[in-house]
Amino acid sequence: MASVGDYIRGSQIWKSIFRHPAPIDRRNRIVVMLTNFFLHLHPVSIKQQGIALSYTWCMGGITFFLFLAETVTGVLLMFYYRPTLEHAFNDILALRDVTTLGVMREMHRWGAHAMVITVWLHMYRVFLTGSYKPPREFNWVVGVLLLVLTLLLSFTGYLLPWDQLAIWAITVGSNMARATPFLGHEGPGFQLLNIGGFDLITNASDARFILLGGRFVGEMTLNRFYILHCVAIPLVVALLIAIHFWRIRKDGGISQPL
Amino acid sequence: MTHNPDLTSSVIFGLGWLYLLLSLMNIWWTARIMKTDPHRDREAALWGAYSGLLFMAALAHLTGSSSPQHFHIRMPNFIKEFIDLGAAPVPYFTLTMVLFIGVVVLRKWFVKETVGWVLLNLSVLFLTLSMTDYDFRQIVGKPDNVPIVSMLFIVGFFTWLYFKRAVDNDERRAAGRPLFEQEKNDKILVWPDLVYSELICMVVTTVVLVAWALLLPAPLEEPASSAQTPNPSKAPWYFLGLQEMLVYFDPWMAGVVLPSMILVGLMAIPYIDFNKLGNGYYTFNERKFAILTFMFGFLPLWVGMIILGTFLRGPNWNFFGIYEPWDAHKLEVLNNVNLSEYFWIYWLQARIPTAPAGADEFTKIIYILQREWLGLLLCLFYLAVVPFLLAATIFRSFAVKMGFIRFIVFSNLLLFMASLPIKMVLRWSFSLKYIVGIPEWFFNI
Repeated sequence: MASVGDYIRGSQIWKSIFRHPAPIDRRNRIVVMLTNFFLHLHPVSIKQQGIALSYTWCMGGITFFLFLAETVTGVLLMFYYRPTLEHAFNDILALRDVTTLGVMREMHRWGAHAMVITVWLHMYRVFLTGSYKPPREFNWVVGVLLLVLTLLLSFTGYLLPWDQLAIWAITVGSNMARATPFLGHEGPGFQLLNIGGFDLITNASDARFILLGGRFVGEMTLNRFYILHCVAIPLVVALLIAIHFWRIRKDGGISQPL
Repeated sequence: MTHNPDLTSSVIFGLGWLYLLLSLMNIWWTARIMKTDPHRDREAALWGAYSGLLFMAALAHLTGSSSPQHFHIRMPNFIKEFIDLGAAPVPYFTLTMVLFIGVVVLRKWFVKETVGWVLLNLSVLFLTLSMTDYDFRQIVGKPDNVPIVSMLFIVGFFTWLYFKRAVDNDERRAAGRPLFEQEKNDKILVWPDLVYSELICMVVTTVVLVAWALLLPAPLEEPASSAQTPNPSKAPWYFLGLQEMLVYFDPWMAGVVLPSMILVGLMAIPYIDFNKLGNGYYTFNERKFAILTFMFGFLPLWVGMIILGTFLRGPNWNFFGIYEPWDAHKLEVLNNVNLSEYFWIYWLQARIPTAPAGADEFTKIIYILQREWLGLLLCLFYLAVVPFLLAATIFRSFAVKMGFIRFIVFSNLLLFMASLPIKMVLRWSFSLKYIVGIPEWFFNI
């Protein structure tokens, strides 16, 4: 068997992908970090305490991994689920009862809940170790944005099963937008936005209307939340994650002053 | 109090697995004590006996030898009645504050391994015994609430872990020894040490996620119907802290202004905290104010209010004890009073200023301002004058180090955060509804 392994590792194909021998000695363990696209996120060497599990809690890493898991299970669910009033609920029902690998929905939902919790714990750890202190102030801000987007991802996804739990949770959640100062038709100051006694902010033009695409949670809401959930927010999250990781490297690791 | 369907065999069987798990955990704990310190043999014997007891409890559950009606291992009724008796927002918040302050003050005692283990055992036992109650099962057993229960344990564990490391480091600092994070802190190669632990984390996360997905079906209720409003209607669980704030504030505050302030406040933290200590290691003594403020916001105000909103708020957003059936007809007397009513009616014994019928817009505004002048002045005082009072008194050193703009931002964020507990206490003690109540403009504070 060893000879087969050697043959594969010696082949032109293998060498074209991995341009160095296996990382079993010091030199190649350094080279692997420099030449591999995925590994080059990491430095070559790192302070021992900076990677101790009891120090980092690994919550940021788990959050990122859950984001990847959500992406994979989410894409599989998108193959199946149709965001229309006619199909949405029945597709979820079928996922539960008849579809092979319908368990993807469970993984997606529980992964989303877990991601919310791990994001909080990651922030908790970063705060408790003072890792937001200079020079990492801005990366903390990016992290807070990612926290908000994680909650919004979870919130927009909550509507998609189109059952009682979904529409009423979203109704309760989005009712708040009605009271946005100036921009909600039941918010303080909306009367100031009028032209010649004609209100600009009504229940058909306020912040809630824009969010829901209607005066109440309906088909347009489902469409809007679907697009936000599957396309718009994930794209922004992916960009911010890239910035977040890049800044960790540029700011000199996960914590401690430079 | 037997108003509900009783235990079923499948619940008893499920609880058996929990007891078995707890028993195995304690056997491991016993072995750990015996291995680390042979002199603690009496303690080990105690834990061993306890593990045996749990094992027998597990057997009693798993064999199903008695019918559910005659099953005896359950939460005693007097405890349930006692807990439900104190079920109201005020005892709840008092309890969370006592817990929070207790942990901080007694942190040296709290971080002992035995104390942590006993607390873990007590909380798991409490949960397991509570599961024998029908109403408790109804709310805790909801699929979407399972993550919240596990979050409680996880947050508790990490808070414990933080204090353990922080107390250790603070003692090291006091004794002049190097910090834990500075010992054995050589540079090591990322391959294999970090890459492999990341791989293990990914595998463990995947296993947990798949097992969770296979064991617990995701919730799916009746098809959506805009005609049938469920009671209570709840937001997704992570927003229930915000929904709970609706009890004390109007939607424009609870749903828009305060959440925005939370986010702005979080983002502002690195620019406000001028303390250079505590970067890259766990400590409590070196940054007490920062830690306490953040923890107060995260534990009692965020996690605590999610627990409250999820498990303790039932129909009509009334407060229910954990063993209390959700009765949609439960009545709670609500006669909250505005500050303006207190001022004009109770104190001045006068009529509330009201614009005469048919008055023009300008006159109406004058009357509204006259009615609400005290509340408006108080709010203005709170946000514009109190920062300067703080700067002159308890935060004098902060103000000097931060500079004017930084301090104003800091103190206003702090005051916004404090506004929630202040409004709660005012509501509980004076039934105060609004400090400023101008429903004409949807402007109620």
